[in-house]
Amino acid sequence: MKMKTKILISGNEAMAEGAIQAGCRFYAGYPITPQNELTAYMAKNMPACGGEFIQAESELAAINMVYGASAAGARAMTSSSSPGISLKQEGISYIAGALLPAVIVNIMRGGPGLGNIWPAQSDYFQATRGGGHGDYRTIVLAPSSVQEAYDFMPLAFDLADKYLMPAMILADGMLGQMMEPLVVVRRPSAPSEVEGSSVVRGRNTEDEIRTTKKWALTGCKGRPANVVKSFFMKEGALEIANLKAQKKYRAVENKEQRWEGLFLDDAKIILVAYGSMSRIAKSVVVQLRQEGKKAGLIRPVTLWPFPRKIFEQLSRKKKRPAFFVTEMSYGQMVEDVKLALECRCKVDFFGRSGGGVPTEGEIIKKVRLL
Amino acid sequence: MNKVFSHPKSLRNIATHYCAGCGHGIAHRLIAETVDELGIREKVIAVAPVGCAVIAYEYWDFDCSEAAHGRALAVATAIKRVRPDNIVFTYQGDGDLAAIGTNETIHAANRGENLTVIFINNAIYGMTGGQMAPTTLLKQKTATTPNGREASFHGYPLKISEMLALLAGVKYVERVSFFSPQQVIKAKQAIKQAFLNQINNTGFSLVEILSPCPTYWGKSSKESLDWIRDVMTKEFPLGRIK
Repeated sequence: MKMKTKILISGNEAMAEGAIQAGCRFYAGYPITPQNELTAYMAKNMPACGGEFIQAESELAAINMVYGASAAGARAMTSSSSPGISLKQEGISYIAGALLPAVIVNIMRGGPGLGNIWPAQSDYFQATRGGGHGDYRTIVLAPSSVQEAYDFMPLAFDLADKYLMPAMILADGMLGQMMEPLVVVRRPSAPSEVEGSSVVRGRNTEDEIRTTKKWALTGCKGRPANVVKSFFMKEGALEIANLKAQKKYRAVENKEQRWEGLFLDDAKIILVAYGSMSRIAKSVVVQLRQEGKKAGLIRPVTLWPFPRKIFEQLSRKKKRPAFFVTEMSYGQMVEDVKLALECRCKVDFFGRSGGGVPTEGEIIKKVRLL
Repeated sequence: MNKVFSHPKSLRNIATHYCAGCGHGIAHRLIAETVDELGIREKVIAVAPVGCAVIAYEYWDFDCSEAAHGRALAVATAIKRVRPDNIVFTYQGDGDLAAIGTNETIHAANRGENLTVIFINNAIYGMTGGQMAPTTLLKQKTATTPNGREASFHGYPLKISEMLALLAGVKYVERVSFFSPQQVIKAKQAIKQAFLNQINNTGFSLVEILSPCPTYWGKSSKESLDWIRDVMTKEFPLGRIK
């Protein structure tokens, strides 16, 4: 039975609730601002769902706990903010190498170093290029509202399960702290939203784990022993494993590009922004339209795979639009926009980082100068 | 006729990559025998370290996970929390458990995780070529202490087992060695106790094994065992610590 209720909730808490609804039954985290509400929500609500909550001794321990929980067959996640996500990169690389599903939430703050606790989008490179050592990728989803923060959690778990790789929710301190109305669909169990994936709900579904996650460490009763590892010493073995992973990444790139477009049919100038910034960019586009300017918007929803298809399509139009990228960084996603357009269209950029958020006024001023 | 001795089911019948005189083979076998004797092979999940025993999962015939260097007890904590009915143990060397993984070790112990830890102390980093370990003895020569370990430069041999014994969450700590057949039998008894403790939900149990590394000690197999008996046990006394 589905029951819809509307509540007022912060982005951080919405992500935690979304994860629990998605069947996440293991959470490990370490305190860091501005994502602490997520951890606290998990501490309060996970035990009642039969799940495990651990406040880890460090970010390193937290991500390696997620590795262990996932290896044991549970839907597992951790969350942190930029400096903590840097620490987690070791574990994320091992998770990718060991072909384990896991979800990592990054509520970005200012950097580099300790930076500050204000919102930022300056971890884009780290999130979309793998982040840790080795040739691997992480699926990256960028919610732009509290509702999406909630809705993307089951999607992230399903994609991670389907492709056996880490999935990251990349949001910022503004979205984490912001409170908005959220329509919560309370379900006894969340159905799988991606074909071919499994929904495993922690320790309660032993049979399900044994049938849907045949690689999981459950004890070797009735089957040969399982090994979860990323170590391949035999000559050529790592290359074979890596090529297999690359093939998977190409499949993800082909099938999982997601974006939202606005006024793209006749747009001459297309703004590109993700997450919180896309809402500011949307206001700019609406304002420009009211002034009679043919503005449009592309909001990448998946940052990796980057939604290249829409950019390629638009750049092959007879009348090529120009693009204007705006980020809470000094220019990271703009590189993917340029790569997708392959010099066929003009690309301009405006960004601020370190606590500053580009305002509508600032962006409009820049766009008018084009 | 009754069969009184056979190859453990939990140990694959293949040659290991370990050097001649190395203690890992003995430790692997003692664990395998214990797992068989306790009838827990189908419930066991091992967490292998980074170090010489990194591919321990190729020798044991039960479920195993690799862990990043030093993180075995974080990985094991989560596996045990998710699967309280399984028997989860870590197998870690001195670098893994007492240097890079000290934080994970202390906190898993302090949380009183119901886990079994087999800690191989050979006072050196074997896999990377014989560098100083936290447990390297004073005056011991290694690749990174070419003139011998000096307290004023390198600090003292780290007695992590004694440190852990101070924690309320820790229920059992014993130090054993491999320097003679009698000692190996004692080591097996300690290993069995540490597994029994987990089966009985007693809490965190750790067995430290003083284990030979002839290759990087620059000694013969026999000299290595004598060195454990005559030198190493002076710094790391054998027996029940907690």
